[in-house]
Amino acid sequence: MTNPDKVLGFLDVTGDWDPSLLFVLGGAVSVTLVSFRFILRRPAPVLAPAFQLPTSKAIDAPLIIGAVLFGAGWGLSGYCPGPGLALLAAPGNQELWLFVPALFAGQALFLLWRRFFPQ
Amino acid sequence: MSHFTPLSALLGGLLIGGAASLFLWLNGQIAGISGISRGLLQPTRGQVLWRFLFLAGLVVGAAAWYVVSPAPVAREGFPTSWLIIGGVLVGFGSSLGSGCTSGHGVCGLGRLSLRSLVATLVFLSTGILTTYVVRHLLGGQ
Repeated sequence: MTNPDKVLGFLDVTGDWDPSLLFVLGGAVSVTLVSFRFILRRPAPVLAPAFQLPTSKAIDAPLIIGAVLFGAGWGLSGYCPGPGLALLAAPGNQELWLFVPALFAGQALFLLWRRFFPQ
Repeated sequence: MSHFTPLSALLGGLLIGGAASLFLWLNGQIAGISGISRGLLQPTRGQVLWRFLFLAGLVVGAAAWYVVSPAPVAREGFPTSWLIIGGVLVGFGSSLGSGCTSGHGVCGLGRLSLRSLVATLVFLSTGILTTYVVRHLLGGQ
């Protein structure tokens, strides 16, 4: 997932498709699907007083529009936040020194926007 | 499909799922990278150190991997503007949509959240559509 060529190779379903990323997501979700059930049966996590889980269940415009914008940026650059940050460690890849500041700028822009248009 | 690497992909995925499980089990939180990083932009008491350490761990973990395995060869000549526009869209979109591949994808699907399933399907579809437009209509990389 930290290789943008593999990310775009995965998203490029009409081209020379590389399904590897499906195995990354599938592998990760196969673990969380099982483990989360057991973990969330506990009254509290091990090191904190309570679980802090998202409470919203709404399938609303911010969710959809946000996912659309996120998908567009992901498909354009080949990076999402986790791999983008991790790749700061990759020797010889200068792209992240543009992508990561832009990522934080996008988040800052959102916080500014929320200040003027609170939910 | 010559570049298909299912085994390392699956192994990496299992590790990501394991890490998200540990974080929920120990700290009781969702390992969503976009939310964790955005919190650093609005620093509040007691909410800075753990975020910083989590993200530092992400970078250090990758650095450790690149000690034993060569980093993927960086792309050459990838348009600067696409990296910047992509980054801003990823940052703004994941904030507005309350999550990215880790929060909605790995953790939300694990929690059987319908909201996360919808978000994941939407960003996968728009990612595929964007890649199609960029690679096949605009002739990009």
